[in-house]
Amino acid sequence: MSDLFDILLTAGFWAATIRIVSPLIFGTLGELICERAGVLNLGIEGIMTVGAMSGWMWVYQGGDLWGGVLFAACMGGLFGLLHAIFTVYLGLSQHVTGIGITLFASSLSYFVYRMLLPNATTPPKIVPFQPIAVPYLSDLPIIGPALFTQSALTYLALAIVPVTWYVLFRTPVGLAVRMSGENPVAVEAQGINVLAVRTGAVMVGSAFMAIGGAFITMSWFDAFYFGMINGRGWICVALVIFASWRPGRALIGAVLFAGLEAMQVRAQQSAGAFIPYQFFLMLPYVMSIIAMIVMASRTKYPQALLVPFRRGERV
Amino acid sequence: MDSEPILAFQGVTKRFGTLVANDDISLSLRPGEVLALLGENGAGKTTLMNILFGHYQADEGAVLVDGKELPAGSTLAAIQAGIGMVHQHFTLAENLTVLENITLGTESLLAWRQDIRSSRKKLDAMMQDYGLSVDPDALVSSLSVGERQRVEILKALYRDARILILDEPTAVLTPQEASRLFSTLKSITTRGLAVIFISHKLHEILEISTRVAVLRRGAIVGQLDTADANREQLAQMMVGRTVSRPKLSPIEPGTPVLQIENLTSEGMGATALKQLNLTVYAHQIVGIAGVAGNGQGTLADILSGLNSSFTGSLLINDAAYCTGDPRAIVASGVGRIPEDRHARGMVVDMEIWENLMSEDIRSPAMSKHEILINSKAALRRAEQQIDQFDVRCEGPMAETRLLSGGNMQKLILARALARDPAFILANQPVRGLDEGAIAHVQGQLLEARQRGAAILLISEDLDELMSLTDKMAVMSNGKLSAVFDSQQHSAAEIGLMMASGGHFEATTGQDSGTGELRGH
Repeated sequence: MSDLFDILLTAGFWAATIRIVSPLIFGTLGELICERAGVLNLGIEGIMTVGAMSGWMWVYQGGDLWGGVLFAACMGGLFGLLHAIFTVYLGLSQHVTGIGITLFASSLSYFVYRMLLPNATTPPKIVPFQPIAVPYLSDLPIIGPALFTQSALTYLALAIVPVTWYVLFRTPVGLAVRMSGENPVAVEAQGINVLAVRTGAVMVGSAFMAIGGAFITMSWFDAFYFGMINGRGWICVALVIFASWRPGRALIGAVLFAGLEAMQVRAQQSAGAFIPYQFFLMLPYVMSIIAMIVMASRTKYPQALLVPFRRGERV
Repeated sequence: MDSEPILAFQGVTKRFGTLVANDDISLSLRPGEVLALLGENGAGKTTLMNILFGHYQADEGAVLVDGKELPAGSTLAAIQAGIGMVHQHFTLAENLTVLENITLGTESLLAWRQDIRSSRKKLDAMMQDYGLSVDPDALVSSLSVGERQRVEILKALYRDARILILDEPTAVLTPQEASRLFSTLKSITTRGLAVIFISHKLHEILEISTRVAVLRRGAIVGQLDTADANREQLAQMMVGRTVSRPKLSPIEPGTPVLQIENLTSEGMGATALKQLNLTVYAHQIVGIAGVAGNGQGTLADILSGLNSSFTGSLLINDAAYCTGDPRAIVASGVGRIPEDRHARGMVVDMEIWENLMSEDIRSPAMSKHEILINSKAALRRAEQQIDQFDVRCEGPMAETRLLSGGNMQKLILARALARDPAFILANQPVRGLDEGAIAHVQGQLLEARQRGAAILLISEDLDELMSLTDKMAVMSNGKLSAVFDSQQHSAAEIGLMMASGGHFEATTGQDSGTGELRGH
C-alpha cells in the first residue's frame, strides 16, 4: 500500500498522467459535442487514427508542427462530414455507420502510410512538440514538472475544456446544439436548420478527436505505429457517459482514468513479482466499468441521442 | 369584419402518396378573430397548419400573409412573417430551462454570448402583460402540462407572433386549465392578434371561436360564423352523416369479477399507485377518469401482466391474479385493449392473421403439439373475425401496418373478445378514431357487458366516460377516488377532482357510489 502512496508523490507519475490525459480530453470533448447534438460518433477510434497518421505525415513530409495539427483537424472534420451525411442527412443507424467509419478510417490511414512510405522497416521519426516550461510555476515541487513543463498541445487540451463549456452553455450556437440533442423538432420550430447544426457539431467534434490522435504521434511519441490508438477512442465514448455530457466532469473522468493508467505502469514495476502484470493492465478498464455502473443510474441522456431527424415527415 | 385579411390560403393542396390530405383549400383570417378549424382525426387540419408553418410544402396553391406570398417550406420565413404555432405535441426540450427554450433561435448563432439579462427582462414584461406566469429558470421537465403549454404560447409571443395557431390545445388539459387557456386567448385577441384554433370538440369551438371552418377528408365543407352555428349542425358537417353513439341500458350488476385491494406500486412520482381499492362486477363498466400520466398506465401494465412490482391483493373471480404472466392472465379470462395500438397492440410489420393468433400460439386449435403453427386453422379463424368485426382490409394475409387506426382497433377487439373474457381492460379504446369506428368499438364493449363481462375503461374523455360507464372513479397523482355513479357528478366537478391531486376522500368500501367530494 505504501508503495502506491510513494508513486503518488513522484513528479514522474503526475507528468505521465497529464501526458496520457491530453488525447483523452480531445477525444472526450469531441465525442461530447457530437452527442450533445444528438449524434453518437463511434467513428472516434478511426478518426483518432486518421489524426495520428495525417498530422505526423504532414510534419514528416516537411510541414511544420502546427500545420500538422491543423491538417489533422481538417481530415477529422472531413470524416465527421462523412459520418454526418450518413447519420444526419440519410438518417442511417449511428452505431453501424460509426463502426463503419472506424474500420474505413483506420484501414485507410494504414494504407496511405504504406503507400507513402513503402520501404520503411523501422518507423521513421519526426521532431515532436517540445515541453515548454512555464516561468516560475514550473519550479514548484511535484506539480511544477507535472503541470507546467508540458507541450503546447497539452496546454491546448486543458484550455479547450472551459472554451467548450462556454460555447455549449453560454452562446446561442451552443444552445442550438444542446437543443438539437434534446428535441430537434423544437429547433426546427424556431426556424433553425437542425441538419446544419448537427453536421457542424459532428465536424467540430471529429476535428477535436483527430487532434487527440495527432497528440499521440506528435507530442507523446515521435512516430506512427499501427494500432497505436489502441482503444482510446472507446474509452472516450465511455468517459462521455461517465461525465453526464458535461465538459468539466469529462476532464475529471479523463484525469481519473489517466491516473489509473499511469499508476498501473508503475505498480507493475514495484509489485510485478507477486501479481501478474496483466492484472494491472486490466485495472483502469475495470475501474472505468465500475465508475460507469455507479454513474449511469444518475445520468440524463440527451433525449434525442441516436434519433434521426427528418424534415416534413408525417408523425 | 371589414379589416383586410392578415392571412389567406389560396387553393392549397397536399398529397401523401395517394392520400389527398388537403384538397384545394381556400381560407382567410382577420386580425382579432378566432377561427376554429373543426374536423375529425385525419381530416387534414394539422397538415394544413404544418404547411402554414413551413413543416410541409404544399403541392399546389399559396399562402399569403398581409397579401404577400409566404415562401414555401420555411419555418423561419413563417416565424418572421409573424406566425406562431403551439404544436399538439409540445416542441420543448425537457432538460433545458424555460428561458432557454424560449430564446432559442432569437439570437444570431454567431453571437459570442447570449444576452440573458435583456431576454429575461422582455419575458418578464410579456408574462405581466398577458398574465401568463412561469418560472423562467425552471427545467421544462418539472412543469405541469398546463405550464408547458404556457411556455409554448410565450415562445410564440416572444417572437412577436400576430397569428397564433393552437393545435388541439385542450387535449391534454383539465377542464379548469382549459378555461384558463380560453381567457388567455381572449386577452390575446383583444390586442389584435388572430388565432387559429384546431379541435374536434364542439363545445370548445362554440365557446371560443368567432368563425368556424369545417374540414372533412381534406376539403373544406363549410364556413360559418359561430354565432349562427349549433352543435348538431357542426357535428353533421364534420362527420358527413348522422352517427349516434350507442347508449347504456340499465342492467343489474352481477358477482364481483375483479377485486383490487390496497394496490401500491413501487416507484416514485405521479405514476406510482398509492393504496388503490376497486371492485368491478359482472355486467358493469367502471370508468377511470384522469389526465394521462397519473398512474393509469401503471395500473394497466399491472393488469396486463407487464409490471409485477407492487404490493396489495388482486383477485379475478375470487382466484389470485396471475401477476406478471401475460399468457396466464389471458388464459384466466382477461381481454386486453392496450393504450397504444402501434406500440403495444399489434406488431404492425406482421400480417393480420399472425397478430390475431398471437395470444393463442400454444392453443391446441392453432398449433400442432405446441410446435408447428396450424396456419390453416388460424387463417380460417382470422377470416371469420375480419368478417364479424367488419375490418376493412385485403384479407388475413395483408400487412397490419396498412390498416387505418379504426380497423386496427377492431382487430385488437376481435382478439381480446375471442375467448369471451370475464374481465376486459380497455385503455383509451377510441382515442384517435373517427365517429364510425368509435360507435363500433363502444357497441362491442356494451355487448360484452350485456354478456356479463366486467369492464374497466380508462379514458381522458369525460363525455365518453359519462355516457358509457355505470360507475366512475378519478385517478390523480397515483391515487384513486371513491367510486361514484357516473350520473352523480357533472363534468366540471369531475374535472376539479382530476386537478385537485387527491384532495378527495378515498373510501375503502368495495361498492360505495357515495364518494364525497371535498375541497371545492
